Amino acid sequence: MSFLVIRNLTARLKGTDHRLLRGVSLEVAAGEVRGLVGESGAGKSMIGKAILGTLPRSVEITSGEILLDGTDLLQLPPARRRGLIGAKAALIPQDPLTALNPSRRTGAQITDRLVDILGWTRANADARAVELLGEVQIPDPERVLRAYPHELSGGMRQRVLIASAFAAEPKLIIADEPTTALDVTVQMQILKLIAAMQARHGTALLFVTHDLGVVSKVCQRLSILYGGLVVEDTSARDFFGGPRHAYSRALLAATPKYTDPEASLQPVPDAVLAQVQAEVAAFDGRAP
Amino acid sequence: MADARNMVKRRAGLRLWLSAAWIVLIAVAALLAPWIAPKDPLAQDMFMGRLPPFWVQGAEPGFWLGTDSLGRDVLSRILHGARIALVVALVAGTLTCLIGATLGLLAGFLRGWVDVVISRLIDIWMAFPPVLFSILLIAVLGPGLMSIIIAIVVIDWTRFARVVRAEAMTQGAMDYVASAQVAGRGRIGTMLTEILPNVLPTIVVLLTLEMGIAVIVEAILSFVNLSISTDDPTWGGMIAEGRTSIHQAWWVLVFPLVTLFLTVLAFSQLGEGLKDRFDPVLR
Repeated sequence: MSFLVIRNLTARLKGTDHRLLRGVSLEVAAGEVRGLVGESGAGKSMIGKAILGTLPRSVEITSGEILLDGTDLLQLPPARRRGLIGAKAALIPQDPLTALNPSRRTGAQITDRLVDILGWTRANADARAVELLGEVQIPDPERVLRAYPHELSGGMRQRVLIASAFAAEPKLIIADEPTTALDVTVQMQILKLIAAMQARHGTALLFVTHDLGVVSKVCQRLSILYGGLVVEDTSARDFFGGPRHAYSRALLAATPKYTDPEASLQPVPDAVLAQVQAEVAAFDGRAP
Repeated sequence: MADARNMVKRRAGLRLWLSAAWIVLIAVAALLAPWIAPKDPLAQDMFMGRLPPFWVQGAEPGFWLGTDSLGRDVLSRILHGARIALVVALVAGTLTCLIGATLGLLAGFLRGWVDVVISRLIDIWMAFPPVLFSILLIAVLGPGLMSIIIAIVVIDWTRFARVVRAEAMTQGAMDYVASAQVAGRGRIGTMLTEILPNVLPTIVVLLTLEMGIAVIVEAILSFVNLSISTDDPTWGGMIAEGRTSIHQAWWVLVFPLVTLFLTVLAFSQLGEGLKDRFDPVLR
């Protein structure tokens, strides 16, 4: 069985009929990279948050299961759930500027989970942090460990966060648009770094993004989302070779091409939009 | 850029040192009042009434800041008055801070029903007019140092709770809090290690402001004669007494007033200065 299995996950805004996830099912095998792709509001980040248990208070899961290494997270009491996630999964967040605590040194933030969950000694954890920072190509790791986050650049902070995510050798990492908040010039470096770290550690990766260029570089499998509905679950090769679903095709056609910067942007055609919206309505059991 | 940064830093430092120096001065006065006060603050001498301060014609040696209408030495009374002012500032300020900040932190971070209960309590509390509320409290508790402290704590905790709650909510929405929880940290652990250090600069500023406010509240209550027994010299009491003879002896009113003003100012500036020191981003 795959390391992460999500079956029929449905979530809604608390106290309303407004669904945010509609029967989402997907699997991530050990060591596999799956991309979650969709436009804003499609529910990509929501899936990551549902797995990690960091959904906003206003969202509730109404049905479905999230199996992490065979254990249904939704059935666990909060403390057990946190322990399991802390030991087996980690997050590379979107915005490195707010993802590090400004009042704590970066070193402590990398070693937190080693000390708290795995019970390492501080000396061992610090040595491991130095090693990790070297691995994410940070020069002078000892200095960075003692630094406060505001003393580091955005790219450096994202490297620190990547080191922190890989620290406890998790089996699954959720990368929530890890390059979106970065300068274009460092995006590619960070992307390559994540891919290299993933390959070296054999970690399964759930890569949330709206950037198909990113997808083509790192992902093996893809889930295309619209309105909280998985419209297509395919391999990256098949997707770029010619997607089956009309919406996927439109999404691919909408990607701007560096080779032809003069070409006008291709919005998703109205007919395709009507088709996916009808599928969303059908899930809700209402007329489109 | 580097130059501008240095200038900002130096100004903050000067403010910090000036205000800290004044508070240390007042604290020394309070601690050593019985030994350094030139006269007995309660000794009355009708023949020595309304003597002017030393640089004015008609001053008597030994009465540096003059005497009030009962012939009591103004300087000695100010020095002794510092004791009550500082005790009220420290004890009432700290207690208010502890209670208010704890409730605010819990409400802002845990949210849910905890927040609903605490927030409604704050709303209801703040609907009471504070001065009337304190006078009512003192009337029920009876005058005295303890009553003043209790009145300040009971009234002012909302100031901390409200601000700390808002700050904790802002910090709670940050990604690093989510990251800490993904790393397996519990609710209370997250609150103490992630939220509290980031709210601390705000709490420090509020605390010093509150100490200034406590001094003022004590003075107001003394002014309306609801504070300590009239025998103990307090700045507010001196201002109240000085008011009646302002045209004949302005010094009886002005010196305690200036001391009070400088002390409250020093507390608030100390807070600002400390915040600059505490804040890791500004440091």
